[in-house]
Amino acid sequence: MLSLEVERSLGDFRLAASFEAGEGVTALFGRSGAGKTSVVNAIAGILRPDRGRIAINGETMFDSARGIDVPTPKRRVGYVFQEGRLFPHLNVRQNLSYAGLFSRGMPASEFDRVVELLGLRELLERRPGNLSGGEKQRVAIGRALLSSPRLLLLDEPLASLDAHRRSEVLQYIELIRDDVKVPIVYVSHAVEEVLRVADTVVLMAAGKVIAVGPAEEVMGRPDLRPGEGAFEGGAVIDAKVIEQDMKNDLATLAFEGGTLTATNVDALIGERVRVRIRARDVSIALERPRRISIQNVLEGTIAEITAGSNGVVDVTIAVGAVSLRSRVTQRAVEQLALAKGLTVYAMVKAVSLSRSGAAPI
Amino acid sequence: MLGPEEREVIWLSLRIAFWSVFVSLPLALAVAYALARATFPGKTLFDAVVHLPLVLPPVVVGFFLLLLFGRRGPLGEILEQWFGIVVAFRWTGAALAAGIMGFPLMVRAIRLSFETMDRKLEAAASTLGAGRAGVFLTVTLPLALPGLITGVLLSFARSLGEFGATITFVSNIPGETRTLPLAIYTYTQTPAGDAAALRLSAIAVVLSLAALYVSEIMVRRAARRIAGEDAVARG
Repeated sequence: MLSLEVERSLGDFRLAASFEAGEGVTALFGRSGAGKTSVVNAIAGILRPDRGRIAINGETMFDSARGIDVPTPKRRVGYVFQEGRLFPHLNVRQNLSYAGLFSRGMPASEFDRVVELLGLRELLERRPGNLSGGEKQRVAIGRALLSSPRLLLLDEPLASLDAHRRSEVLQYIELIRDDVKVPIVYVSHAVEEVLRVADTVVLMAAGKVIAVGPAEEVMGRPDLRPGEGAFEGGAVIDAKVIEQDMKNDLATLAFEGGTLTATNVDALIGERVRVRIRARDVSIALERPRRISIQNVLEGTIAEITAGSNGVVDVTIAVGAVSLRSRVTQRAVEQLALAKGLTVYAMVKAVSLSRSGAAPI
Repeated sequence: MLGPEEREVIWLSLRIAFWSVFVSLPLALAVAYALARATFPGKTLFDAVVHLPLVLPPVVVGFFLLLLFGRRGPLGEILEQWFGIVVAFRWTGAALAAGIMGFPLMVRAIRLSFETMDRKLEAAASTLGAGRAGVFLTVTLPLALPGLITGVLLSFARSLGEFGATITFVSNIPGETRTLPLAIYTYTQTPAGDAAALRLSAIAVVLSLAALYVSEIMVRRAARRIAGEDAVARG
């Protein structure tokens, strides 16, 4: 449980952020330079706010009005930095047990548990200089976990990794989310990562918090378009796997409003998944199309039409209880006479899975 | 191979160099850390004073030492009355002179490694529960090791070669303050002393080479260690 309200001026940049974060993973999401890392540094006590208040689990870490500023070592915040920051002069085992030097030791059972969880057994005697990027981040996560933190801060932990390593480390982060009961603040500017791990999203831009809420809500809101550009915007839908056709690698997903078929769904029947449908992958038809290759055609009602720039229009379509977004041209809106309340058919070209796992959402 | 007199000179020189380094090291660490990390009024002046022995004629340093630490000098009296230590015309005085002459070299090398190390690692250590002293001992100091070794070697070599300040401050007393350079100088002033001077000079070359070689190996090892590589032989 984190409650934060900070102000800080850094040259031209002004940070004025406040939000509350509960259990699970809270993603700080926004473009580079939005002030995400400054917020995390303030939580860790590395950056001192000019004004404000920070409390973790009800314990005040910083309060300018009351003159409280708990020093970093006493805050017990596990910080995983973008570049890992493993101690180069210590081997993996010594890096992992580093926090034990400054507390009343580290129980061997706890050490073993984290080593097993993150698959670090084979790396223990190695030195950081010879580890791959993914291995380094796993060790960094383990080292932070072993400082028995009140809160885990992950500052773009995947930024320095290639795509393959990225998904490997992401799996471990999901494992920690589900296995270790410690609240996590996850900083990222990548939509995919946020959708995969986050329960709550705090959307930031230019040093301010623009929106806070459940991940699927914030990431799906058309008015926000969280720093993603025209290419990536879309809707996020929670769904449940109701059928798996292994032969054709096709899964049927049910959501509040209908069903979707998707390929490559790595989940069992009954599991909950989170899917993302990008606005650019959704086309609109006025009649139910026949004889087309597209598998997913959903009937819905136009809820909103938002004009964007460059002759592009975002159409929000209510399908049952969820909202889809479709990106079409202004000319198409005119030709089809699209208007609020009109019944249309949304043709979904691609469905991408953004989160799976045993954790109930 | 070596005569008793030569052995005495070498032993005395090594002893003086060792003590000058040993005593000045903690002080140099503190000064280097302050110069690298702290901001305080008068820092530039302080920096200049620390470097003074590097640019002053050694004779001037020796003369100042004589004024300050001589039997009647203000600091000399305090040392004698409070601690019973006499440095004037003793080997301890030679170590003091050597230590002061080598001090700026030691500070520079250590300061450089404090300034160039990745300070983000110190922040990482503090998030893991390390207080200031903990960070210094477990991260800052180990990462500064190559600079530390270089600094120790430079000041050790400077001590072995110290001449001007030593002869001015503690004179040239056989068995007490006559170090290698002073002994060589004495032989050059003696009729038919050239052969002996040459022998001692050769010894000085061997000692300096050995010190350089050992420190080079140690620096390389330390550098490899803080680069985070495994301890395997590498070409």
